[in-house]
Amino acid sequence: MLWSTTTWRLIGQRLGIALITLVIVSFAVFFATEMLPGDVAQILLGQAATPEAVAGLREAMGLNEPAFQRFLGWLVGLATGDMGRSYVNDIEVVDLLGGRLQNSLRLAGIVTVICVPVALTLGIIAAMFRGSWLDRAVSVATISVISVPEFMVATLSVLVFAVWLGWLPALSYGVNVDSIGAMLRAYAMPVITLSFVVAAQMIRMTRAAVIETIETPYVEMALLKGASKLRMVLVHALPNALGPIANAVALSLSYLVGGVIIVETVFNYPGVAKLMVDAVATRDLPLIQSCAMVFCVSYLTLITLADMIAILSNPRLRQ
Amino acid sequence: MMTDTPLVSVRDLRIGAVTDSGRNVEIIRGVDFDIAPGEILALIGESGSGKTTIALSLMGHTRRGCSIEGGTIRVGEHDVTGMTERQRAKLRGTEISYVPQSAAAAFNPSKRIMDQVVETTRIHDLMPRAKAEERARGLFRALALPDPDTIGERYPHQVSGGQLQRLSAAMALIGDPELVIFDEPTTALDVTTQIEVLRAFRRVMEEGGMAGVYVSHDLAVVAQIADRIVVLKNGEIQEQGTTEQILSAPKHPYTKELLAAFDPVPHVAVKDVEAEAETPILEVRGLYAGYGPIKDGEPLAKVMSDVSFKLYRGRNLGVIGESGSGKSTLARAIAGILPAYRGEVLLDGHTLAPSLGQRSKQELRRAQIVFQLADTALNPAHSVGSIIARPLRFYKGLRGDAADKRVIELLDMVHLPPTLRHRLPSELSGGQKQRVNLARALAAEPELILCDEITSALDTVVAAAILELLKELQGELGLSYMFISHDLSTVEAICDDVLVMYKGEVVEALPAARMSQDATHAYSRLLISSVPQLDTGWLAGLEQDPELLAAFSDR
Amino acid sequence: MTIPTTTPRKLRLPTPRNLGYSFGWTGRIGIAIIIFWAIVALVGNWLTPYPVGKIVDWDYFGGVSAKYWMGTDYLGRDIFSRVLMGARYTVGIALAAVTLACTLGVILGMIAAVIGGWFDTLLSRLLDAFNGIPSLLFGLVVVAAVGSSIPVLVWTLAAIYMPGAYRFARALAVNINTMDFVTVARARGEGTPYMITFEIFPNILGPVLADFGLRFVFIVLVLSGLSFLGLGVQPPYADWGALVRENIEGLSLGAPAVIFPCIAIASLTISVNMFIDNLPTKIRDRAE
Repeated sequence: MLWSTTTWRLIGQRLGIALITLVIVSFAVFFATEMLPGDVAQILLGQAATPEAVAGLREAMGLNEPAFQRFLGWLVGLATGDMGRSYVNDIEVVDLLGGRLQNSLRLAGIVTVICVPVALTLGIIAAMFRGSWLDRAVSVATISVISVPEFMVATLSVLVFAVWLGWLPALSYGVNVDSIGAMLRAYAMPVITLSFVVAAQMIRMTRAAVIETIETPYVEMALLKGASKLRMVLVHALPNALGPIANAVALSLSYLVGGVIIVETVFNYPGVAKLMVDAVATRDLPLIQSCAMVFCVSYLTLITLADMIAILSNPRLRQ
Repeated sequence: MMTDTPLVSVRDLRIGAVTDSGRNVEIIRGVDFDIAPGEILALIGESGSGKTTIALSLMGHTRRGCSIEGGTIRVGEHDVTGMTERQRAKLRGTEISYVPQSAAAAFNPSKRIMDQVVETTRIHDLMPRAKAEERARGLFRALALPDPDTIGERYPHQVSGGQLQRLSAAMALIGDPELVIFDEPTTALDVTTQIEVLRAFRRVMEEGGMAGVYVSHDLAVVAQIADRIVVLKNGEIQEQGTTEQILSAPKHPYTKELLAAFDPVPHVAVKDVEAEAETPILEVRGLYAGYGPIKDGEPLAKVMSDVSFKLYRGRNLGVIGESGSGKSTLARAIAGILPAYRGEVLLDGHTLAPSLGQRSKQELRRAQIVFQLADTALNPAHSVGSIIARPLRFYKGLRGDAADKRVIELLDMVHLPPTLRHRLPSELSGGQKQRVNLARALAAEPELILCDEITSALDTVVAAAILELLKELQGELGLSYMFISHDLSTVEAICDDVLVMYKGEVVEALPAARMSQDATHAYSRLLISSVPQLDTGWLAGLEQDPELLAAFSDR
Repeated sequence: MTIPTTTPRKLRLPTPRNLGYSFGWTGRIGIAIIIFWAIVALVGNWLTPYPVGKIVDWDYFGGVSAKYWMGTDYLGRDIFSRVLMGARYTVGIALAAVTLACTLGVILGMIAAVIGGWFDTLLSRLLDAFNGIPSLLFGLVVVAAVGSSIPVLVWTLAAIYMPGAYRFARALAVNINTMDFVTVARARGEGTPYMITFEIFPNILGPVLADFGLRFVFIVLVLSGLSFLGLGVQPPYADWGALVRENIEGLSLGAPAVIFPCIAIASLTISVNMFIDNLPTKIRDRAE
């Protein structure tokens, strides 16, 4: 009743596209890492290994099978939770990932909880008072943050909060988190940095979405009925901007994926991204592939979510 | 009347706008007028005359970048110009209310109609919700809306354009205002729908005894509803007087020009129909066209079906119909832009392939198409000269000085100075653009020109001049026109024969000069009788079968 | 009789205003900084006071002094010289990548819009799928696979940002394609190359250039990010991101060796954004 068949069809279509994208992405991830120069077995055993030993390992690892077959096997493994074993320390990738993923998700969760209310409030207020000093200040601040690399926001935060003010530890690694105060201090730097990056995006998108609805003829009509500015924004503009705003939130959160890679490295935070950067350094293939897939899946989930919200919030499709 | 204190009095109103370069331009330059209680005043003018700006300023509202810079506006007891924004908000909806140009855009798409209609009473705390809804239903009835008791429960996209326009009037009247501003409320509607909306407006305004401001560019519409008319041009009043006086005894030359553009100039056929032996320049046999994916040789959305006609050399064929009648599709199918899926198009006796790609350069050259919106029909990135020179080069291989010489000749043919060829389209007026558009078609030396609503977007006076030019060119070059329009008087002014289209089919073919007398099909008669006349008693005296109206108009 | 009968004609400089454009001061500052870095990237090697790789001071992480304008790095090399040379890598690689990405993307986008049909659908779907990979991650995976070199960086960054440029140009071209002047040209019988170059391209050029600038900023950010992770430009060469990485140890000392490369990146990316947000606009006066 609420959603028409067109809405369902569009949502189904979007999910289908996401699934196809996921397959293409996994294809790309698998074959990009397969292009690694040099023989994996050779690398693992070192230069001193006998040719027989290398051949034996190749056989054991299934490297002699055709690439496409290995790709399918890998896909099935991923789907069933078997991600293979790390080359470097011979531990199940799943076990390596488990705790790290929890850490990364906790970081992302805290950032989301902080960012969303702050960014929405600032974005809506900036749009309501378009052209005011507040709006201009917010615009300058957000454009500055999105124009600089994440590592710079991170280094600047360290410089200000840890070096100059001395309030917080520069690194989160090795801090024991048994009290709330300690935990706050441990997470503060990564959270502050990520929040800046994500909130800046979110504020800009929210502001743009609200301004677009404020400029519609039906909001002008409300003005001509004698509505106050607050009523115009709260009753007429916001309900129609909800879709675009939710879309903006989901899209901005996808910036977490890129941001987290830098932030975990800078602060030595034990998350998936740190794991992956280290894996790239040691060329630990199964680990790189799995980490890459974790990121791609989260990123795809967020942008697909954003698209679906955009579809659902279109009142013309709701019948 | 003279002894009454006017309800509204506007003195020396000046409104400024800031341009892109930061320069201040006065767009309303010292306007004075009064409105008596219960009187309906029309603001008439072309685009850019400032009529909507003035109307909105009565509510103390100016659009972004504009501001009231001088003069006074008094409405009832209130000095609108001297009020704070908060005080003005109190006035809006209760004493002055507004009926927008496009109700479809002015209704919030995510809220029910009833919530929006009674919103004024809630903002100003005028009456309890139940009473407000009761009053709204009463207004729906007075405005002759179908299902008055339940229509408020729907969302805006679930009702038709004509209904929304009347619902927006209910929204304006709910707060029992003393003055209602109508901002071109019927411009976006088809003529058959316009009649009903106009009737409804007239009835509620008469019953309520409210004063009104009716903004329009259409003198005939205004003649039906206004007591007095103010004629505006470039932000200044040209003339004001009672409707009778303006229509029958205009004083200002500009008003006379406006009225003259309205008078149908009788069309004299360049050539009579000769023996049937002659090959028609254009013949269409059982043509079908539509959009969307093709299944079993037929497209998903069939827009036009079974159209047949013959157009002889030197004669003009008009195609009339309302939005959605398929008249533009017909032009596109003939030009090959939208390939017909069935039927034949014959140019001078030779069958043309359905799609553009399969037609020869010569076939394409002989029939040219000119579009409605001159703004979008000219590439903004190229100069007028290179726009006209392109067909010369494409069809004839003309370039350099020879092409330049020909461009000047073509500009002269459409009465434009040769220096214009160095300008960009954005630097031309609407009428100039349409002339360049024509010059480009003429550059191909066509035998047939398909004109798709080419005068519809132009102001009345400019449109009349374009029609004159078309006639003149026809005399000089022996062209034939196929003229598509929703405006009957335009078609009457230039065509010999007329096809009336409705829902993708030709319902009747008529001689243009005797359209109203000869029409036999119910729809053609309804369409022809719905065209407003320059006569104050036309709407009151108009008798149309309500059943017929209901059957054919967009309800 | 010394009164001149005619006033001498004033020399009209081709300033934006005289050409009929208005150009805000933020935009002017933006373009000035962009031009400054472009010049540094071109002739930086003649401006360096010290050889880039030479250890000039035994004191590492030295402060700002008359001798070393931006201090010294973790080995005691002159940061000012290294920032000047870093401009060449950051600006050069980003410019090459963005040019490749936009040229390919815009041409494909216009063709897809004009031709339409299955070609359009297939290409759009495929490139959208590539958009579904986070950019920094894509870079990480490729670098992990084939190692980092300047050509690899250029092609990888171009590949990351090409689908976006395609999507943007296609959307613009689809809009232009519905305009009547395009229909007129089609009805005249014009072919696809003419449609793209004469009808579509001139009308999307403005937004495409703005998009070029934005994409340039994104590429500078990702390139710096990769270098910061040690996966971008490899020693002995160093772009600005690599300079930050090299000297990150000095962060706790508040060393200028970390701060100045950061300022260099920020000044470039912020000024490009400032310029794009305040492009010269054609003055249109309705009263004229």
